[in-house]
Amino acid sequence: MLDDFFIRALLAGLGVAIVTGPLGCFVIWRRLSYFGDTLAHSALLGVTLAYTMEFNIAFSVFIISSLIALILIQLQKRTNLPGDALLGLLAHSSLAVGLVVIGFLTFIRFDIMGLLFGDILAVTIDDLLIIWVGGPLILLVLKLIWKSLFASTVNYELAEAEGLNPDRAKAIFTILMAGIIAISIKMVGLLLITGMLIIPAAMARNISDSPQKMVVYSIIGGVLSVILGLFSSLEFNTPSGPSIIAAALFLFILSLLNIKQSIKLKN
Amino acid sequence: MSTNQNILVKLKEAGFRINDKWLVKGVTLQIEKGKIVTLIGPNGSGKSTTAKIALGIYKKIDGEVEKYTNKVGYVPQKISVDWTLPLRVNDFMTLTENLKAEAINEALSLTGVIHLKDKNLGDLSGGEFQRVLLARAISKKPELLVLDEPVQGVDFTGEIALYELIKKISDELNCGILLISHDLHTVMSATDHVVCLNGHVCCSGTPIDVAKNNEYKALFGEQASQILTRYEHRHDHIHTIEGEIKKN
Repeated sequence: MLDDFFIRALLAGLGVAIVTGPLGCFVIWRRLSYFGDTLAHSALLGVTLAYTMEFNIAFSVFIISSLIALILIQLQKRTNLPGDALLGLLAHSSLAVGLVVIGFLTFIRFDIMGLLFGDILAVTIDDLLIIWVGGPLILLVLKLIWKSLFASTVNYELAEAEGLNPDRAKAIFTILMAGIIAISIKMVGLLLITGMLIIPAAMARNISDSPQKMVVYSIIGGVLSVILGLFSSLEFNTPSGPSIIAAALFLFILSLLNIKQSIKLKN
Repeated sequence: MSTNQNILVKLKEAGFRINDKWLVKGVTLQIEKGKIVTLIGPNGSGKSTTAKIALGIYKKIDGEVEKYTNKVGYVPQKISVDWTLPLRVNDFMTLTENLKAEAINEALSLTGVIHLKDKNLGDLSGGEFQRVLLARAISKKPELLVLDEPVQGVDFTGEIALYELIKKISDELNCGILLISHDLHTVMSATDHVVCLNGHVCCSGTPIDVAKNNEYKALFGEQASQILTRYEHRHDHIHTIEGEIKKN
């Protein structure tokens, strides 16, 4: 029953979930969900570029997403537009430009649905390799900058005053975000990757009282979502990427029951 | 000029501006080991800005800052912790440096909030949070302690106890302290050097020198200059953390 492609899908999903767990916590803590969305939208441009130039998709998405992040930082410095307007501008224009470029590439057949919502069942051995090398690398770097990043998330000036390096940590974190989007774009697609970042972490927030616990629960939540989502997509013949996100939503709703109970206990 | 081994931070004609508006300018001061330097002045006179210049938070400044230590403890004037962060007092204590459990317990006991160790930061009252902030800053045994109104929101008796604690810490750790305070009584009694700011240094020196200074009188009023003597708190009992009252 467990075909080979299904094992590959499972391994890919688990590899992504382990990385989106901790990164997703920071996305919530630092209020970066729309930022993640913008990077993900720009990934479409990266994918088209990969097809035109015959690059590796993950590599090309990583480059474009990092570039968009850089442009965003520059725009924030040079214009008086609010942050969310700039994010919207970059998200939708890079998505549009990506689609326009696809229009020109009539010689290639694009699976637009696959790009938007992912095609985890088409994961190859190469993709697995990228996930299981890139993923742990992202986690390792995150561990190295954890102290600075976390302290500056709580209070920037405190971190700066006491000898940490918040600006560097923030820049590295941005690159890590581009990294996770690059390695997971094929699995969950560009419309759902932010969901994978936010929903398990949001679920974890409901049931944890310390940052470490939130990270661990977020990873567990992501892993459970992948398993639940993939098996149910096999069972009910539903699209796999959306099934994973729906499973994550299901876990989030369960975690709400926990909040209700603890509020009752307090009263 | 001979270099003094005890100097921790030195500001020379330091100033900071946003666009063309000076927040503070021409500040010269130095903080030495075991000494308490206090900044006083009206609202908006550049006290917090001066502290941030000394800490190196502001990078594009006028003048010079020389910092000779990296072991810094900082209690900012304003800090708001987001509810999206599940953060207990215990986690907050190790925010910028990993500490042993004993060091955490010791610092929390000194500021009288050891019983709050496992509480969520969001559930603390203003005064309790202030005590936690102070505990966090001293727990890492810093060489330089920068306290921006460290006892705001702390109850009256607690305030006096905390100022005594600050004085004690400066003696025991032999650390230099830059203190920003509105409480002139305390400033005048526990401080080695006072800098009176009003966008620039309006006067500075020992508390007695400053109190006699005419510019100080103009800024704070005649009455303030009469606060020279140490504030004596006559209390025949102590309040424990649990709320019991003990006779002395």
